[in-house]
Amino acid sequence: MQYHTPATFEDAAKIAFDAQGITRFLAGGTDVLVQLRSDLVEPDTLIDVKKIEGTNNITKNADGSWTLGVAVSGAEMSEHPELGNDWPGLVEAMDLIGSTQVQGRATLTGNLCNGSPAADSVPVMFATGATVSVTGPDGTREVAVEDIPAGPGKTNLAKGELVSAIHIPPRGQGGGDAYLRFIPRTEMDIAVVGCGVNLRVDGDTITEARIALGAVAPTVVLVPDAAAAIVGTKLDDAALDALAAAASAACNPIDDKRGTVEFRTHVAGVLAKRAAKIAYDRAKG
Amino acid sequence: MSKIHVTTTINDDEVEFLCDPRESLLDVLRDRLSLTGAKEGCGTGDCGACTVTVDGRLVCACLMLGAEAEGKSIGTVEGIATDEELHPLQQKFIEYAALQCGICTPGILVAAKNLLERNPDPTETEVRYWLAGNLCRCTGYDKIIRAVMDTAAEMREAS
Amino acid sequence: MALDSQKTEGFKQIGTRPDRPDGVDKVTGRARFGADMTAPGMLWGVIVRSPHAHARIVKIDTSKAEAMEGVKAVVTRADFSDAITPAPGMRGEMWNVLENVMADEKALYDGHAVAAVAATSQLAARDAAKAITVQYEVLPHVTDVDKAMEDGAPVIRDGTAEASVPEGMHPNVVRYHESGQGDLDAGFAAADLVIEETFKTEATHQGYIEPHACLATLGGDGKGELWCCTQGHWNVQKVCAALLGLETSQLRVTASEIGGGFGGKTAVFIEPVALALSRKANKPVKLVMTRSEVFRSTGPTASTSMDVKIGMTKDGTITAAQGIFRCQGGAFPGAPMEFTAMCSFAPYNLKAVKQIGYDVMTNRPKQAAYRAPGSPMAAFAVESVIDELCNKLGLDPIDTRLKNASREGTQANFGPKWDRIGLVETLEAAKAHPHYATPLKPGQGRGISCGFWFNHGGETAVMLALSEDGTAQLAVGTPDIGGSRASMAMMAAEELGIPYENVRCTIADTASLGYNEISHGSRVTYASGLATIEAARDAVKKLCARAAAKWGIPEDAVKWEDGCAVPSGPNAGDHDPLPLAKITAKMGATGGPIVGHFEATPEGAGVSFATHIVDAEVDQETGKTNVSRYTVVQDAGKAIHPTYVEGQFQGGAAQGIGWALNEEYIYGEDGRLQNAGFLDYRIPVASDLPMIDTVIVEVPNPGHPYGVRGVGETSICPPLAAIANAVSNAAGVRLKQLPMSPPRILKALGKHG
Repeated sequence: MQYHTPATFEDAAKIAFDAQGITRFLAGGTDVLVQLRSDLVEPDTLIDVKKIEGTNNITKNADGSWTLGVAVSGAEMSEHPELGNDWPGLVEAMDLIGSTQVQGRATLTGNLCNGSPAADSVPVMFATGATVSVTGPDGTREVAVEDIPAGPGKTNLAKGELVSAIHIPPRGQGGGDAYLRFIPRTEMDIAVVGCGVNLRVDGDTITEARIALGAVAPTVVLVPDAAAAIVGTKLDDAALDALAAAASAACNPIDDKRGTVEFRTHVAGVLAKRAAKIAYDRAKG
Repeated sequence: MSKIHVTTTINDDEVEFLCDPRESLLDVLRDRLSLTGAKEGCGTGDCGACTVTVDGRLVCACLMLGAEAEGKSIGTVEGIATDEELHPLQQKFIEYAALQCGICTPGILVAAKNLLERNPDPTETEVRYWLAGNLCRCTGYDKIIRAVMDTAAEMREAS
Repeated sequence: MALDSQKTEGFKQIGTRPDRPDGVDKVTGRARFGADMTAPGMLWGVIVRSPHAHARIVKIDTSKAEAMEGVKAVVTRADFSDAITPAPGMRGEMWNVLENVMADEKALYDGHAVAAVAATSQLAARDAAKAITVQYEVLPHVTDVDKAMEDGAPVIRDGTAEASVPEGMHPNVVRYHESGQGDLDAGFAAADLVIEETFKTEATHQGYIEPHACLATLGGDGKGELWCCTQGHWNVQKVCAALLGLETSQLRVTASEIGGGFGGKTAVFIEPVALALSRKANKPVKLVMTRSEVFRSTGPTASTSMDVKIGMTKDGTITAAQGIFRCQGGAFPGAPMEFTAMCSFAPYNLKAVKQIGYDVMTNRPKQAAYRAPGSPMAAFAVESVIDELCNKLGLDPIDTRLKNASREGTQANFGPKWDRIGLVETLEAAKAHPHYATPLKPGQGRGISCGFWFNHGGETAVMLALSEDGTAQLAVGTPDIGGSRASMAMMAAEELGIPYENVRCTIADTASLGYNEISHGSRVTYASGLATIEAARDAVKKLCARAAAKWGIPEDAVKWEDGCAVPSGPNAGDHDPLPLAKITAKMGATGGPIVGHFEATPEGAGVSFATHIVDAEVDQETGKTNVSRYTVVQDAGKAIHPTYVEGQFQGGAAQGIGWALNEEYIYGEDGRLQNAGFLDYRIPVASDLPMIDTVIVEVPNPGHPYGVRGVGETSICPPLAAIANAVSNAAGVRLKQLPMSPPRILKALGKHG
């Protein structure tokens, strides 16, 4: 295995493009090292992006949007004085991943690019409408977050491409987000179901919403029907029931060691209701 | 396969080593530097027995490459006691029988010390969630939590 | 064993809570566990394991691995003794161990060892292991206990069954147990309500945080040294010598500090492989399991399928009880079905009772002991039915258990009459505990369960050597799995009348003491404790003799008081008390070293009962359980070091909570273990649990000088049932299968599917 520490994303992209065999990028390493140790994936080329300038920065831009470096850890997000005021659901989702120790290393980018349908930070990233910068041999382009995952363990990134920054939109007035997941324990588990909700209110009425589910399909999925079920409502019981039904209807899960099809489908509705209530309360302030 | 030369700081001492790029920081600590205080319970970041600090932040040494230690400052259980004095947490763990077999103890002490440095007055719930990544199979955590809470109280009084 | 003098009060040391002697080592990282040892010129070993649940091994090609840089030895089954032959059931146990340590013709489960390699680094050994190619012919497999008993189930190994197995059963049923007494039909006829239910429990792993590890050195001269984490190094010595064809005494085994065992480190897995590699390479070999290997290849407990039928009258009297317990213990005989059967109804005084056990083989790893092996599952089934009877008849669960409780003189369900036992005392203490009187909040349920474990004595040797300065070196042979060195030193100090700090207790290697049985069966504080007391008394006798000689009076005119020899009796004369240190200071000139010994097999291990109280709440929308309050009440006989007794109570309860709610071996259709890691084998984490309250009941065991009963295992017997009862009462529906995972609870609630 070759270990590289490039100084720029362009260099990183070039190393990756020229590499033979399996290439992995190393940010927090909380998936890459597990796969290495478990003999699941032994990369021929490992590209550590943490020596690239700015990868640890959390920046609030003039328009109120946020740019997060690819090596920003969950702990750095949680400790940031302002990010959590704007996007508490996103910060909480990231904070749910693994232990305190994992929080010291794990990153949003890694969580996204690992391609797990159960990744905790991804449903709420979908819901916020986040985008990522993708740097490759032909330069850098901006891509919607929901266009990155392709299936379990797979992304739509081409050879030589890597995520070089994450962009979260401005929070704006009357907005609220939330993420809830179901795990059998209180910590340390992979989500059996996850639900991210982002919405905006005008007075008591929901004017916009984006809702995404995790661990109920081959990738995290946006569920427009679930969003439609609550837009224009005051999140009354009928809206919540419609939301739950839409969330459950969007599920295409599998039976596995973590849960059954029936369980995931049912609990997706339960979590959607609970997460929507939190986001709604946050939006109303 | 060529090895990587790494210069780092461990428990305030400068250390140099050569390692294979595939070796974890835990492999390096245990097998190259004879610092066997950090334990390998799982190798996948699920048990916390290999907990160390890297630039003041908790990390599972099994989830970090040895090569990534370049230029960092690493703290292990071997660095908790100063000179002849045990750290108050170490004293309390013995007094409270917060260990039975002791295999998880190094990781829990590193994690608990880091908690008290950040939060001198944690609630029981905060202690439990902070330590959720440190598995203990012997104690049921009861005496561990009590030892951490009581140490925190004593350290607050002393300061 | 009848004891002429039992002392249960007036102690100076016993019942205090001193710091453990290995405390500083363990909080500073100095303590040396299995994987912490190295040797000059050491190689690293890695084991190649079957990915198949059941397969014929057609060919193993090691040539590519052997040609790799740094590779020094490769071993397969051919490198082990061929003098060990199979025999039916447990009679062939040594062959079973060999077959488990390294497969011969067939791989019998996912994770079964088939070859091993030693190389100059861990990475080189791992690379070489991947280069060993094994050609398999995959065979049909079975992993479920009920399916393994069905007609047409794949046969694991024909001819394994013992003669006691009833005719017509599937060859996978290899052992049979039946016990009981009285007229069942009449008993059930006398009941006002009879409930019969079927229960299932999945296999759970001991889940010790330290993977198995060893460092082996063996030369062509047959002399070897072995360092390993084990609960019983004499057993390791015996087994390794047999498997490698060595003379037992030529292999010296040292027990490292042990990072948890709970029964799982009573068995031998990697040590013979490391020795075989070392013998072939003529270099020390270190072998450390990965976590995945621990789950796939060491012993979880048995999984079970159980039918329990109990009859009760309206006033709560149990009229008859019957249990059928089917236990699978992997691809070898040994599932602890007789313990399951015998423990099942042990808490109750029953005129009519019958229990049947079946030991069933499947394509799973060889089960190993796990804290009161077999008992927790039985309690789950029996205590669930009793809870249901109490609910249906409107009876208080503790009063009902008290009404039927086993007491001194009661004939046990499996035959003998109980000696002095403390079940009633634990029930009364539970009833009086504030927990039991606390009203439940909406959505909560409360569960009660009793539990029972036999406890054990076993072969024990202890040596206590006095030093010139009046301190004592205590050598015991039972690895310290939970702070036992502290309690041993306390007992020695109590007898000698010297400060606790003046006794240094170490775990001796196999060359330094006679045979010591494994640290199992909750035997250490009982048996090594008894041995320590007797060894100290032996030393005291010798100290008194020296004093007698100095004073010129008969030996029986000297007695030992507060650490001094004092004259005793009318003709002893008037002499100042002679402190221990004054005698030992001169011992070189007065007869030489003073050493106390004990070598015997204590047989008075008193049984132990417990009663647990649990409050739990269930999220009706997701099926998730929260254990909100937990109280353990258990008879310890006499608590030597109460803090460590509490620790055993709490640890057993916590493991039981995991077993009840989330822990399970999950096999895929392909017979492969799906959750061989702590991510998906979900043991409780700190944020999952409440504080665990404890009540130590002390009903002295007549078989120990201070009344000690073992405490380590009984604590895991009641939790499965107590939690199941709490969850069932909270959910309003009876849960009959473990673990009570959220999908299972939600399904029982009828919320989906």
